Amino acid sequence: MFSDAQLALKSLHYRRSVIRWIKHAGAGHTGGSLSCLDILNVLYNRILRVSPATFTDPKRDRYIQSKGHSVEALFVVLADRGFFPESDLETLCAYQSHYVGHPTRHVAGVEQNTGALGHGLPIAVGTALASKMDDAGFRAFTLLGDGELAEGSNWEAALAGAHYQLDNLTAIIDCNTLQITGRTRDVLNHEPLAEKWSPFGWAVRTVDGHDLAALTAALERPLETGKPSVIIARTTKGKGISFMEDVGKWHHGVPSDQEYTQALAELDAAIAQQAKGAA
Amino acid sequence: MSAPAPSMYSAAAKARAAELGLVMGRANLEAFADTLLALAKTDRQIVAVTSDSRGSGKLGPFGQALPKQIVEVGIAEQNLVGIAAGLASCGKKVFAVSPACFLTARSLEQVKNDVAYSDNPVRLVGISAGVSYGALGTTHHSLHDFAALRAINNLTIVVPADNYETREAVKAAAASDHPIYLRFGKAAVYTLPGADTQPFSLGRARVLREGNDVAFIGTGETVIHCLLAAAELEATAGLQCRVISLPALKPFDAAAVLAAARECRAVVTAEEHLVAGGLGEAVAGVIAQAGIGTRFTIVGIPDEYTVTGSQADIFRHYGLTMEGLGRTALALLNLRSQI
Repeated sequence: MFSDAQLALKSLHYRRSVIRWIKHAGAGHTGGSLSCLDILNVLYNRILRVSPATFTDPKRDRYIQSKGHSVEALFVVLADRGFFPESDLETLCAYQSHYVGHPTRHVAGVEQNTGALGHGLPIAVGTALASKMDDAGFRAFTLLGDGELAEGSNWEAALAGAHYQLDNLTAIIDCNTLQITGRTRDVLNHEPLAEKWSPFGWAVRTVDGHDLAALTAALERPLETGKPSVIIARTTKGKGISFMEDVGKWHHGVPSDQEYTQALAELDAAIAQQAKGAA
Repeated sequence: MSAPAPSMYSAAAKARAAELGLVMGRANLEAFADTLLALAKTDRQIVAVTSDSRGSGKLGPFGQALPKQIVEVGIAEQNLVGIAAGLASCGKKVFAVSPACFLTARSLEQVKNDVAYSDNPVRLVGISAGVSYGALGTTHHSLHDFAALRAINNLTIVVPADNYETREAVKAAAASDHPIYLRFGKAAVYTLPGADTQPFSLGRARVLREGNDVAFIGTGETVIHCLLAAAELEATAGLQCRVISLPALKPFDAAAVLAAARECRAVVTAEEHLVAGGLGEAVAGVIAQAGIGTRFTIVGIPDEYTVTGSQADIFRHYGLTMEGLGRTALALLNLRSQI
């Protein structure tokens, strides 16, 4: 088990890898990958009962990344967990590579092909339902973007999750408040969020989506018996790199050479500082 | 909507059917529901998922007999397919049952991504397909589903013609590890010959009648009209017509189509679907790419505001009947029609 400090160090290394591979590939959803990295870190290093050895176990926990565009974050974490060598990402977005710009099951560790928004939650509902039907005991997790909540299929699934009392289902909303056009509240306002999910019959918790301890506490068990859980994770798009933080244009974008150097310098400095704390 | 539906067959067509010894069966939809229930009783991994479509899908008895094997999602077809994909990914043998008009349009993206692209082995069951809903109008017709689904990779498309093909298709679907679409009408259909000599096999054509003058190639509920037209042409014009049922649009039995195109003087296709992107264009593509020139007509629904009326009215209007198909064949051969 990793300490919070060790996990924080991992997050920094993950951010460094995300930037590195996006720069290498010349493409990527930078801002959203950085906003959800701490969530993925906690999921894969503390919560999910899944590993390369157990990935074919019918009773493994399932993680379905509905906001598929943040695939770089997922790939980096899966590589770190040993699903495939990180050097595979040298082919990210390359001709005939399975490492395309959204998750596919051709990549070890990926449960579902995603990328079109509004798909992960219904699939996760079906997955959690299968667990209940077989009394298999596994949990289903899905990660949504906040802009993604405009897709109506999410609300169909929200009804079904509550109807079937799927307390083994957890939806996490990476609430970074930005989407490709601008502020989510300006594009199509979905706030107040907690007040929407609660009357749908979901147990709701709002957390700082970069607070590893708070995320762990929110995710380690269902929030409430008989209800699905939704974690509203307040995050910062582009988290960890000063000039990307909360800047809409980094929804997708490749840093210039100068930006790349600066980003790595910032992360390396943070890593050096964190390493002292983690030691 | 309580008025009895007009017959799909003219008196002359019924007489031909009687001469051929054909027996009226039930709706394919009912044959599907019975077969599924029988399979599900011995295979507890089989799950039916419905979108307020339990009654429409004739799954009332299923729900009563096996309440733990049926999942209701409400009127939410996108969610129907997404949930079905999730269940299937965990080993459930899922039959997602909804009117074809909604299943293949409202939830097309879920079909494309969650089922086909992710290779979750969902059995998508489009009920009351084509113009089965007749006078309910275009919202309830599925005349686009062949075209839409043919253009999606990793999806078998099965359109049974009679109760026999339906039963076999459902069994094949239950045993399949990959996505499959089954399309059923809700009108009673004649039982076709050939169950013993031309057994159903996924992706294989069934030659129901031999002949080299005209080849009729049909799928689903148009096949019976092809067979009756063949009998009519033999009786009235002395023509020997081949009748081919193509229960699967994917995989597509190109060999049977090519043999018909090479050996017959003309080819007529018949489908309860828009001409655009359907069976006929699939047949045409195979024939043209093989460099075969032949007399050829596609009988289907043209690209227009679909005529209103019952399923029988619509079939008759567009020539998807014994008489209409017979006339089309005679015109192709430049023969005077006596039909």
